[in-house]
Amino acid sequence: MVTHETSQDINDPPRHEHMEVVPRRSVLRFVPPLIVVFVGLALLQSVVLNPNFEWPLVGSYLFSTAILEGLATTLGLTAMCMLTGAVLGIIIAVMHRSEHWLVVGFAKVYIWFFRGTPILVQLIFWYNLAALFPNLSIGVPFGPSLFTVNTNTLITPFMAAFLGLSLNEGAYMAEIVRAGIGSVDTGQEEAARAIGMTRLRAMRRIVLPQAMPFIIPPTGNETIGMLKMTSLVSVISLSDLLYSAQTIYSRNFEVIPLLLVCCCWYLLLTSVLTVIQGRIERHYARGRHSATPQPGERT
Amino acid sequence: MSFHMVEAVGVEKQIGHQMILKGIDFTVDRGEVVSLIGPSGSGKSTFLRCINHLTKITGGYLAVDGEPVGYRRSDNKLYELSDAEVALTRAEIGMVFQRFNLFGHKTAIENVIEGPVQVKRQPVERARARAAALLERVGLSSKADAYPSQLSGGQQQRVAIARALAMDPKLMLFDEPTSALDPELVGEVLAVMKDLAADGMTMVVVTHEMAFAREVCDRVAFMDDGRVVECGPPNEVFNNPTSERARSFFARVL
Ligand SMILES: Nc1ncnc2c1ncn2[C@@H]1O[C@H](COP(=O)(O)OP(=O)(O)O)[C@@H](O)[C@H]1O
Ligand SMILES: [Mg+2]
Repeated sequence: MVTHETSQDINDPPRHEHMEVVPRRSVLRFVPPLIVVFVGLALLQSVVLNPNFEWPLVGSYLFSTAILEGLATTLGLTAMCMLTGAVLGIIIAVMHRSEHWLVVGFAKVYIWFFRGTPILVQLIFWYNLAALFPNLSIGVPFGPSLFTVNTNTLITPFMAAFLGLSLNEGAYMAEIVRAGIGSVDTGQEEAARAIGMTRLRAMRRIVLPQAMPFIIPPTGNETIGMLKMTSLVSVISLSDLLYSAQTIYSRNFEVIPLLLVCCCWYLLLTSVLTVIQGRIERHYARGRHSATPQPGERT
Repeated sequence: MSFHMVEAVGVEKQIGHQMILKGIDFTVDRGEVVSLIGPSGSGKSTFLRCINHLTKITGGYLAVDGEPVGYRRSDNKLYELSDAEVALTRAEIGMVFQRFNLFGHKTAIENVIEGPVQVKRQPVERARARAAALLERVGLSSKADAYPSQLSGGQQQRVAIARALAMDPKLMLFDEPTSALDPELVGEVLAVMKDLAADGMTMVVVTHEMAFAREVCDRVAFMDDGRVVECGPPNEVFNNPTSERARSFFARVL
């Protein structure tokens, strides 16, 4: 029976072990790798072997005192601004959910203003605050003042940089925290309030901890961005990594080698941060998919 | 002087331009178990949330245990309470939700002690001992250290009941506690509720479990379109509904 035999053939399991696998071979398949290798070698030759890059000089400046001090400033500024920005972000995000329109309005205007103006302009503005307010005082509006300080003594370049970067970061972090809070089921807050928690305590104890898996990964991105953004403070003559390099090359005119020194450090630091961020993201991804919560999910 | 546990007179709730509660008259006495039934969208959940002041009423009078919800009475005036003061009154009313709403980042026992420790400022050890007893009561001693995601729906809802009981509430509100459960898990939750009712707890239960209402409840109230249309002993309401709406509703669900 012909039909029977045919169906038999079809149902026979194919026996792979006896078949030779023949991959598709096209002469063109060598083209893309060849291009990559060619471009790579060309770049290598033009960068590494190009005497104008003065790699020996790069090496000698990489660990010089001025550069390392600048590096410390960059790192310190990044850490302080991210920390302050995160705290501000949480406060602004919580204000955004207030029942009072004035509080909500403040949060909205804050985010609108700091996201809507260039950070470079904000930095220069803080640096020149003394031009607007020669003295800063604490007291009653239109009333007596309790405490007055000369703006120029208070707003050092570091202070201006710190204020500018933190306040700006606060706005971006507020948006991240807001999205994080939004991804937690509203039933969580409702249940917390039903056992007698105030809105603020429910936020702190119940909602925010569960929003963290949504907040932490993008915060890693922000930290990497902040590290590079701190280089803007060179315009207000704060001796960060970039400004320290600029100071050196304004004396010896070795512009390119010193910029390379900066790039090496920025690349190294962003690489480290990227690895850390990858770890954190994997940690939270695991926590969300498996039924067994991870230790980090507790708090 | 003794008050009703819940007293609602002409309670209204408006959201935007929509009247959701259109004048609810309803009372629950101490120790009574009353079920609220009615078609979906008739305002049952909204009314429960008003009793707990999770949402504000926009008209009428609503009191729990003689105290107007969300206000303090003094010299014939009603002073609005602050968020913290309302939270304290809410601590005395337990609430159980359709979707359990257990705190996902905490284990069963941590869910149960959260209120006593954070709101009532009880020492952790005392709260844990009490929580263990409550978990035992709902039949879940062995699951104390499990996270909600590791529990079945029925188990989660029983933990949620234990969490509410840990606050020593004088009134328990249930919003369709078994509607999100697989049929075979409904019984274990209803059993815990029956046990509570037998213990004398004052309960308001929104439910579609007519058998439970008939067996356990002292009275049932039928809600339709933002009003309580009928209210009385289960047999009376189920067997001789006076309104056409109630008649057609019972014809569908009974
Ligand atoms: N926050 C809200 N905003 C607008 N409409 C709402 C809100 N909450 C409830 N409603 C409306 O109120 C009506 C009653 O809802 P609900 O109390 O949940 O009814 P039930 O619990 O009886 O099904 C529904 O029509 C619903 O759409
Ligand atoms: Mg409902």
